[in-house]
Amino acid sequence: MSVSLGPQHPGAAHFRLRLWLDGDYVVRTEPDPGYVHRGEEKMAEYRNYIQNVPHLERPVILDSSNILFPYALGVDELMSNKVPPRGQYLRVIMSEANRIISNMYFISIQGLFLGHTTMITWGMGDRDLWIDFAERIGGARVTFAYIIPGGVRNDIPEFAIEKGLKTCDWFDKRMDEYEKMFFNNPMVHQRSDGVGVLSREDAIAFGATGTVARASGLRVDVRKDEPYSSYEDFEFKTPFLTQGDSWARAYVALLDMREAVKIIRQALKKLPPGPVRLKLGPQPRVPAGEVYSRTEAARGEMSYHIISDGSPRPYRVKIGVPSNKNLRALPHLIKNVHIADIPIIFNSLNFWPVENDR
Amino acid sequence: MKERRLKISTNVDRVKEVGIFVRDSLGFDHISTVSGVDWIAQNQLEVVYFIGSTTPGQEDFILALSEKIPRENPVAPTLVDVWRGVEYPERETHEMFGINFQGHPNQSHLFLPEDWNDLPPLRKDYVSPGR
Repeated sequence: MSVSLGPQHPGAAHFRLRLWLDGDYVVRTEPDPGYVHRGEEKMAEYRNYIQNVPHLERPVILDSSNILFPYALGVDELMSNKVPPRGQYLRVIMSEANRIISNMYFISIQGLFLGHTTMITWGMGDRDLWIDFAERIGGARVTFAYIIPGGVRNDIPEFAIEKGLKTCDWFDKRMDEYEKMFFNNPMVHQRSDGVGVLSREDAIAFGATGTVARASGLRVDVRKDEPYSSYEDFEFKTPFLTQGDSWARAYVALLDMREAVKIIRQALKKLPPGPVRLKLGPQPRVPAGEVYSRTEAARGEMSYHIISDGSPRPYRVKIGVPSNKNLRALPHLIKNVHIADIPIIFNSLNFWPVENDR
Repeated sequence: MKERRLKISTNVDRVKEVGIFVRDSLGFDHISTVSGVDWIAQNQLEVVYFIGSTTPGQEDFILALSEKIPRENPVAPTLVDVWRGVEYPERETHEMFGINFQGHPNQSHLFLPEDWNDLPPLRKDYVSPGR
């Protein structure tokens, strides 16, 4: 029997899974994305390099700075921009804050799917502290348009540094509690251990990235592999696990947040003085060229293929989003499992349909 | 392109051979993404495979494998049997640029509506509605 899960399913959100069932057993799965495709890549060809900033961050509002980051890096590379050190540090701070905002949402929803009400209520509450933190810097709560070609839009106010360090201390304590309350909870282990196992070989073959790859023992992290925007100045690790199951994929996100807090604390403490951006003007001249830039977003490798023909507008903008890269593993994972396991496996892929569709 | 990026231009006859070579001999096993470009002035379409590596020491390296195809008859071999992960990206390139990947297991629409009856939208001669 073939049934549809979604696109109105509250967890799948604008995304449909076609399932072939035998009783309550899933024999085959086929993802059907596209319900929220908005043609970001075509839109980018109609606007100049600065006008592209606000709309490009819309596909992934949980992680909005991180989808702009590689775009800004790519345009900087085409224009040979030297971003001032303070701007580079602020880019890192905003990117890591967004990583926490996104991962917190992910873990909270994983709690929801496992019927763990405390995780979603506590998690969403603490996530708000980081939204407040980002709001003090970027001025908005969701889409900041903060990381722009040439640097960042504005400087960080002095009180935000002090408050940010306080948030870091509080959050460190909270993460210990999440570990105790959620990740070491026997019920959570029972429900997600060994569910949807992705082997290291398959992770490589499908091109999985980010939390999904790192939970399968594949140590990929663009921040370490190809340091950009002063990441080499900070001390942090790339956490990875080898189980490759749903539990590991969620736990890696928590470990990622621990490192993110470390990076934010270091960056706030040694923020260099000086300007935060270059003066580019509303319609910057971008020399002809081709660039492939990438960064580590909350969900994994975010990449841009930008081609400039020397005109005010990009000739081609290709956005390589991590949700799309991890979707490739989905039909492989949701196969020969019970229907009841679908929400856990699906959410553990940290998949965001809007990001996938662009 | 910057350091640690390499673009290899090949053609449809050799692309699979080159793909297997860079995967097996150079260690580029981790597919990142597949991009298409419509070079309308040259009357060509381009497919670019961006491939990363999990081999220690070259994780920062991205190899771009590119092939150019005439716009009138855009046919290229699929590389699904070289990198399993290119199945969806190739499907996306197929619907957005109208490139026919021969041997691809499923080229139905991924993002576009099933009844899309127009030019492939990322081609340069397709104009967004209202423009």
